[in-house]
Amino acid sequence: MTQAPIETYSFSHLQALESEAIHIMREVAAEFERPVLLFSGGKDSICLLRLAEKAFHPARFPFPLLNIDTGHNFPELLDFRDRRAAELKAKLIVRTVEDAIAQGIAQPVPGETSRNRLQIPTLLAALEEFRFDAAIGGARRDEEKSRAKERIFSFRDAFGQWDPKSQRPELWNIYNGRIHPGENMRVFPLSNWTEMDVWQYIAREQLDLPTIYFSHPRQVVRRDNQWLPVSDLLPLKPNEDTPTLQVRVRTIGDISCTGCIESEAKTVDDIIHEIAAARVTERGSRADDKRSEAAMEDRKKEGYF
Amino acid sequence: MTTTPSPQPAPARIELLRFTTAGSVDDGKSTLIGRLLHDSKSIFEDQLEALQRSSDLTGGGEVNLANLTDGLRAEREQGITIDVAYRYFATPRRKFIVADTPGHVQYTRNMVTGASTANLAVILIDARKGVIEQTRRHAYLASLLGIPHLLVCVNKMDLVDYRQDVFDQIEADFADFGTRLRTQDITFIPVSALKGDNIVERSRHMDWYEGPTLINHLEEVYIANDRNLADGRLPVQYVIRPQTTEHHDFRGFAGQLAGGVFRVGDEVAVLPSGRRSRIKGLHTLEGPIELAYAPMSVAMLLEDEIDISRGDLIVPASNLTHIDTQLDAMLCWMDDQPLNKARKYILKHNTHTVRCMVRNVRHRVNIETLGEEDANGTLALNEIGRCALRTTSPLAFDSYQRNRQTGAFILIDEVSNLTVAAGLIQEPSKPPPAPEFDEYVI
Repeated sequence: MTQAPIETYSFSHLQALESEAIHIMREVAAEFERPVLLFSGGKDSICLLRLAEKAFHPARFPFPLLNIDTGHNFPELLDFRDRRAAELKAKLIVRTVEDAIAQGIAQPVPGETSRNRLQIPTLLAALEEFRFDAAIGGARRDEEKSRAKERIFSFRDAFGQWDPKSQRPELWNIYNGRIHPGENMRVFPLSNWTEMDVWQYIAREQLDLPTIYFSHPRQVVRRDNQWLPVSDLLPLKPNEDTPTLQVRVRTIGDISCTGCIESEAKTVDDIIHEIAAARVTERGSRADDKRSEAAMEDRKKEGYF
Repeated sequence: MTTTPSPQPAPARIELLRFTTAGSVDDGKSTLIGRLLHDSKSIFEDQLEALQRSSDLTGGGEVNLANLTDGLRAEREQGITIDVAYRYFATPRRKFIVADTPGHVQYTRNMVTGASTANLAVILIDARKGVIEQTRRHAYLASLLGIPHLLVCVNKMDLVDYRQDVFDQIEADFADFGTRLRTQDITFIPVSALKGDNIVERSRHMDWYEGPTLINHLEEVYIANDRNLADGRLPVQYVIRPQTTEHHDFRGFAGQLAGGVFRVGDEVAVLPSGRRSRIKGLHTLEGPIELAYAPMSVAMLLEDEIDISRGDLIVPASNLTHIDTQLDAMLCWMDDQPLNKARKYILKHNTHTVRCMVRNVRHRVNIETLGEEDANGTLALNEIGRCALRTTSPLAFDSYQRNRQTGAFILIDEVSNLTVAAGLIQEPSKPPPAPEFDEYVI
């Protein structure tokens, strides 16, 4: 039965990552009562959606989509999010930081412009509202140091908190999805993917992306050694320069703290070339991670994605 | 040199190699990984900048490569690694996933975790200390977990004046007990992680060494045979039933192949029931395929309507597994609460979840001497022992030595829901049922 040459059974790194992610998606569908997939319209969650399609084809994937809307958005992203959900005939639930603030669930701190932190209580409230017991997210371990130790099935207690010191060991491809009522699981099928893997997969699958990932002219302002998009949400200081440059984004968060990089990359292949030569990680273009060594670890303990 | 950063993107068809690193606090393991990432240009400027910032703050001044991998605040404060950390880097030929695990006795659980998915284990030896108990323990665990390739890095060669006799002696000492390991492929490389000798760049101080550098070896070690392609195994994860007019009768048995090859038309058996059918189709989003092999994720369609659900194992009718409620396994205990024979545990084997009890702890492995000793009927955190288990319903399994997926399971505490043990199934004394044997066909 295995007389064929071994090359017949070759398996590339993208095939391996894809197969692993599909396996994870199916485990979630089989072991949880009410899973949900976090879909922002960003590149990682676009890959997640394709993997979900593949895992259950020709049936529709058995979970709705959830987006936590900061209200500080690139308009292109929301358009893309709605269009993609409609194409897949998927149920899309949107919960906004705006509403969470109005209801007192999320509390802004004076002087804090970014709403990334305020997504935490908004997300936790949404999980509770719909009694979701598992949330599939697009986080990758290569993004940030404390993420490197996070499990693929990442347990959160009844307060939505992550305890890095008491994580369940994760062996082989056997995942322990058991939780008590009120607790939930964050599941990260792209844990082992790097930024390069994501782009190579987008190229292979010819996935459609929001236009802001590609080079476009935009008015920007220099802050903390990076270019931030000029928007109503970012009050300019007197005499600040706001040149219009050819830029694109590498990662998308709250528009007030998402750095743009100068780039001429107009296609996915251009971007792959650009990343191959890049000298800064993609998180390096997020002002919120720069505050301290442990910034991400602290946000995650509170229940961040 | 293959590792020069290339302006060209890596070709899409590059292989994936997972490796684990083991070493004690002072062996320079984190430095070695930091060096690999640094020299293969996988460290970016902002990460270096963050390192520089933290070393300025702590007053040390010198950038410490180990800080690249010690991600949690508690670890940086104590200068130790307390959990498995996963690292990624790529060369034009391969993408690497590194499971970086701490080497203390009390972190056996992390080493076992990191080793469970690895193709290769890097074992670090301090050239000044030579082969110590800890080296033997790491090698034993790598062998127990069935890692096919072992790479022994004799580190800190700079501190022994790069002397060949030191290296040769360590190689000889290791070979002495290496013959008792299951691992067939063992390679030795003299390195200095701190100075960068033989990591990515060939050392200028060791002309006597003619073998590969660490990165050369990682790029070239032959891993295509690491997969089991002989025994077809499809653990059913999920049954896809679209129930639409277009796909009215579609029932796809979805799963990731845990071994072997399946072709359309093959006769298969569904275990543990033993019911038989033929493969009608192998389905993917891209359309039907004729051939599926490990570790693909597929949906299998069968010609007959037989009852199949999550937890069943589809195998070739000519190549069955063991089927039993009794099994012997090496258990690596991972919980603060010791093994309690009076309790029942949940056993998850591939996609199959059953309850079980541990009837007997036959012996415990002394992790220092690697000898067998009396376990007094229990195993504590980080202890490893051979146990007899009994499950509430039959399991279809292979020995771990034959198949690292269908021979593995985890135990879960019914109350706390924590993963309390990793299990490696030992080959039973009686052979699996012969293909013609119809005892299990209902």
